[in-house]
Amino acid sequence: MTQSKRVGLFVTCLVDLFRPTVGFASVKLLEDAGCTVEVPAAQTCCGQPAYNSGDLKDTKAIARQVIAAFEDYDYVVAPSGSCAGMIKHHYPELFADEPDWAQRAHHLAARTHELVSFLTDILGVAAVASAHAGTVTYHDSCSGLRELDVHDQPRKLLASVDGLHLREQEDAHVCCGFGGTFCIKYPDISNKMVEAKTANIVATGAETLLAGDMGCLMNMAGKLQRDGAGIRVRHVAEVLAGMADGPAIGEAAHKNGEAVGE
Amino acid sequence: MSAARDQILGSVRKALGRDGPVDAGTAERLRAGIAAHARNIVPKRTDLDRPALLDLFQTMAQNVHATVARVARMDDVPAAVGDYLKGQNLPAQIVMAPDPTLDGADWGSQKLLEIRRGVPVESDPVSVTSAAAAVAETGTLIMNSGPDHPSTLNFLPETHIVVLPASRVAKSYEDIWDQLRGQMAERGGLLPRTVNMVTGPSRSGDIEQTLLLGAHGPRRLHIVLVGDGEET
Amino acid sequence: MYVSTSSAFKSNAARELKNADLQTALGKARGHFIDGRQTAVDRLPEFDALRDRGRDIKNHVIEHLDFYLETFEENVRKAGGHVHWARTAAEAQAIVLDICRSVGATSVNKGKSMISEECGINDALEANGIRAVETDLGEYIIQLRGEKPSHIIAPAVHVTRAQVETSFREAHTHLDPARNLDEPPTMLDEARGVLRKKYFEAEVGITGANFLVAETGTSIIVTNEGNGDLSQLLPKVHIALASIEKVVPTLEDTATLLRLLARSATGQEFSSYTTLSTGPRRAGDPDGPEQYHVVLLDNGRSAMLGTEFQDMLRCIRCGACMNHCPVYQSVGGHAYGWVYPGPMGAVLTPSLLGIAEGGQLPNASTFCGRCEEVCPVRIPLPKMMRHWRNHEHEAHLSPGGYRVGLGLWAFFARRPALYRLAAGLQARLMARLARQRGRFSSLPLAKGWTRYRDLPAPEGRTFQSLWAERRRGGGA
Repeated sequence: MTQSKRVGLFVTCLVDLFRPTVGFASVKLLEDAGCTVEVPAAQTCCGQPAYNSGDLKDTKAIARQVIAAFEDYDYVVAPSGSCAGMIKHHYPELFADEPDWAQRAHHLAARTHELVSFLTDILGVAAVASAHAGTVTYHDSCSGLRELDVHDQPRKLLASVDGLHLREQEDAHVCCGFGGTFCIKYPDISNKMVEAKTANIVATGAETLLAGDMGCLMNMAGKLQRDGAGIRVRHVAEVLAGMADGPAIGEAAHKNGEAVGE
Repeated sequence: MSAARDQILGSVRKALGRDGPVDAGTAERLRAGIAAHARNIVPKRTDLDRPALLDLFQTMAQNVHATVARVARMDDVPAAVGDYLKGQNLPAQIVMAPDPTLDGADWGSQKLLEIRRGVPVESDPVSVTSAAAAVAETGTLIMNSGPDHPSTLNFLPETHIVVLPASRVAKSYEDIWDQLRGQMAERGGLLPRTVNMVTGPSRSGDIEQTLLLGAHGPRRLHIVLVGDGEET
Repeated sequence: MYVSTSSAFKSNAARELKNADLQTALGKARGHFIDGRQTAVDRLPEFDALRDRGRDIKNHVIEHLDFYLETFEENVRKAGGHVHWARTAAEAQAIVLDICRSVGATSVNKGKSMISEECGINDALEANGIRAVETDLGEYIIQLRGEKPSHIIAPAVHVTRAQVETSFREAHTHLDPARNLDEPPTMLDEARGVLRKKYFEAEVGITGANFLVAETGTSIIVTNEGNGDLSQLLPKVHIALASIEKVVPTLEDTATLLRLLARSATGQEFSSYTTLSTGPRRAGDPDGPEQYHVVLLDNGRSAMLGTEFQDMLRCIRCGACMNHCPVYQSVGGHAYGWVYPGPMGAVLTPSLLGIAEGGQLPNASTFCGRCEEVCPVRIPLPKMMRHWRNHEHEAHLSPGGYRVGLGLWAFFARRPALYRLAAGLQARLMARLARQRGRFSSLPLAKGWTRYRDLPAPEGRTFQSLWAERRRGGGA
């Protein structure tokens, strides 16, 4: 019998703080695929906010922490293209001038993956056993798409979800305008971008919006809700794991099947 | 002026980590590289036999709104030109390049064509030139300045008719560079002053991205392709 | 000199977002460039391999820039041309003025040249009583409007058809006011007619140069209209302005870059007119300029060599990056405040103008990466923007509020136990505050976010605390 793969789950700060459901969905998907999942306590953030703000010192300190916490696992998996991309592509660059850390960073990078592509490309998962009646549309988060080639994999697994119908949105691959601190520094421009994105989402007529990154999801959910669009927003892991019964992103907790409040 | 030159080159060298020019060995290697002028990637699109190559040239030229007529021999050209002008309702007034290639045709046979040879003036509506070569890869004409080809003929008149012997259609731009180098001896070791690589008529997209023909150069580019390229 | 407003990018952008004409024009242009490029790329299987080769050719030149510039100069001289060297924009202006005065020029025809914008050539000419006539249709339109280009390939991309009509009616007063001018072809004919006369009036023609070929001493322009050609063929003098990184070793290397350029810029396989100019007319040539001058401009390029911005010198000015950039597509080119907009402008402007003036531009990016994805010579544009952000951070140039906020975040992120406590508190607090609705329409400290969108509330417990609980409870 082959030894179970030991996966260190990189939860991501946004999942940890805002939506643990995504973390549990990730665990379920990984365990269903035969992995043993552990969640190192010494994780907080991948360091991308500091990195993209030009603060290399703090980025490296955080990165060293991540490397030390995760380097003994067979794989490191994150329900986020941007966090996985940070570890996979940018950690080695960060330590280019420090041979010891560079080696450790490369070693970690080689075994770090975004969740859905890990399931399909590494574990060979071709289908999931969940059901989701209704139409969904999928947004391709930039880092996952361009740094990690995540595109076909979520679509492949979504196609296996019983009762789910996927409608492609126009410009699915165009940035939603989140960009970390960008949406705070340049709110007007960010708003223009998310307006274009939500117009395309609404135009699909889909009931639910899915993506693989919490930052994008919160940005798009926030805009859809401000506009009263009535579209539910979830992380793709929730649907794939069959854990999409609870409140969607930005929705109040349900009581008796009805959303509380508005 | 010379101070600026020295300072710029000095800044460049210092930034590249050198006290002065590249060392003699490197200079020799770089000079050899230029002399070898190795080809990079040439698209396989033009790996075709002659008839298919000519078809490719025609298709590519037509894609960019040039028009192409095929005739069998040089003798057929004057009639083809006359027909084109008549068909387009254009004046039969031509300014023609003093090009020996064009001398091979009997222009006198087209009585209605008024032909002047030489440099165009603002009022000339139609020019006729040959092309030194053409590139099938993108339907591009190559026209070189010289005593037999005033370059302004390629730009001033609204209609430009180009007589292109099929044997002059080459595959790629690289073929053209070889040709030009081969002709350097006759040109004092130089390229012509102007090499015009012309792909379709003049165009602009500057008004709301609407494709418009005839911005400043010719509105119409008509290519008369002569022969099948098999003759030498 | 082109006076920059790049340091006012944020307010520029706010203004441009409300500019209805601009937004209309940008909306119309977007698809053309993006779809056009994709179609052209799909038709050439070798395209990606050509990108690698193009990158390698430019890197090789950059590493030996002095050698290739000297070779180019030698060959220009052999062909009877002149090469001038300008360290700064002011020197370039002086050189151009000298040449113009030497032939008593009263008017100069301009082909499109971003270097001439960078150096403020038109202003220098006008200030010295010499008329500068922009002949490129897009440049002509913005010259009438008193504007600068908003795109390095399509200078008038920000202008609507109706605005062109207005400008033409105001300027072409010699024509019948009752004439019909609402169709673009009619407008084109009108511009063609007006500019045609001017071609014969100028003593000097100034063009840019997309490439300088060291092997043959040749400058190359890549255009579609034919104005750049008429501008250099008809006058007595042809001046080609080019920055030093434009030099390319051989004609074969140039062919590789030419295959990348038009496809990346407009989706054309090749431009209507790609012209090689080598020296003045030869004895026996019936037309062509009597004098040929190349002005080589440094203006900050040599200072980029040997730095982490060296790769930016590979840029072949195709404009693909800005065509695909969602930020450029939202605010247009004028918001960037200087000659070079979009991603390439965000990297180049701080290099040429300094970080204090240009520093906002590399911050106005989500790092979506589309620019790098389409760059024909594979410039890692987001990485370079991030380098600029490093510089700003080290120089304490980023706004104080962000610095403090991010510093605080990093403080906690480096201390996992403390972080878990703080995160747990925050999750509970925010969830409680938003209990009824599950989201916030407004929240102190989050005004930037909540101005335009709601903020989803946390579920209430952190994943880490729930996971710890699950493990304690014996769950796997």
